[in-house]
Amino acid sequence: MSAPSEVSVQEADFDVGAEIAGLGEGRRDVGAVASFVGLVRDINDGSGVSAMTLEHYPGMTERALEDIVADARRRWSVLGVRVIHRYGRLEPTDRIVFVGIASAHRGDAFAACEFIMDYLKTRAPFWKREETPQGARWVDAREADDSAAARWEGAEQGALGTDKGIEESWDEVEQRR
Amino acid sequence: MNMTMKVKVLYFASLREALGASGEELALPAGVDTVGALRAHLAARGEAWQAMASGRNLRAAVNQRMAGLEAAIAAGDEVAFFPPVTGG
Repeated sequence: MSAPSEVSVQEADFDVGAEIAGLGEGRRDVGAVASFVGLVRDINDGSGVSAMTLEHYPGMTERALEDIVADARRRWSVLGVRVIHRYGRLEPTDRIVFVGIASAHRGDAFAACEFIMDYLKTRAPFWKREETPQGARWVDAREADDSAAARWEGAEQGALGTDKGIEESWDEVEQRR
Repeated sequence: MNMTMKVKVLYFASLREALGASGEELALPAGVDTVGALRAHLAARGEAWQAMASGRNLRAAVNQRMAGLEAAIAAGDEVAFFPPVTGG
């Protein structure tokens, strides 16, 4: 049986519980699963949002997400990855994105999950168009997203040590308990 | 030597709306062989195409990978222009 795909770009909703369970299923080496779920909010930039439509670039979007996952695997010890991003028209409370990471320890799982979201926000070709009482508008890119992604820049070699360092020090704290 | 080369150009999101086009097959004149040169070539069409003149809110991809203005374009390439991404 071939491995289930790590990246899905789809119109359909997804089952968060099933996705999280799938990451650890039958893996005796998995000690941690971290996940993130992004939802449609009913307010943005001071305006009510009744719905949004997500546009993407079929082909490039999947490839960009696969590149980001490969980058995460180079930086951290990752045993399983699942990234799902929806497109089409979504309403408040609807799920937009899921990122789940399975790892031996939580440090790698938390970091890889946050990294994938930060890079996805600035590198994966998706565009949001919001419906508000003032009419439809395209969402502007946020500087905060750029700086969040920039935290990981140039960190490929150097900060790998730093991240491991953080994880090791947390493990030490636990062992002392 | 070829006088022209054909490429596929795609437009997304607010840029697609401003241009009223999602894409086109283009025969490029000699010398238009980078993303920056293609952008200038398109912006010179005037009116709505001026939306492409400023690089500030414009991003590009060549063959489905992010690319800078200096990136080379070859015959048969797929070149896309779009605003900064806002997924997640």
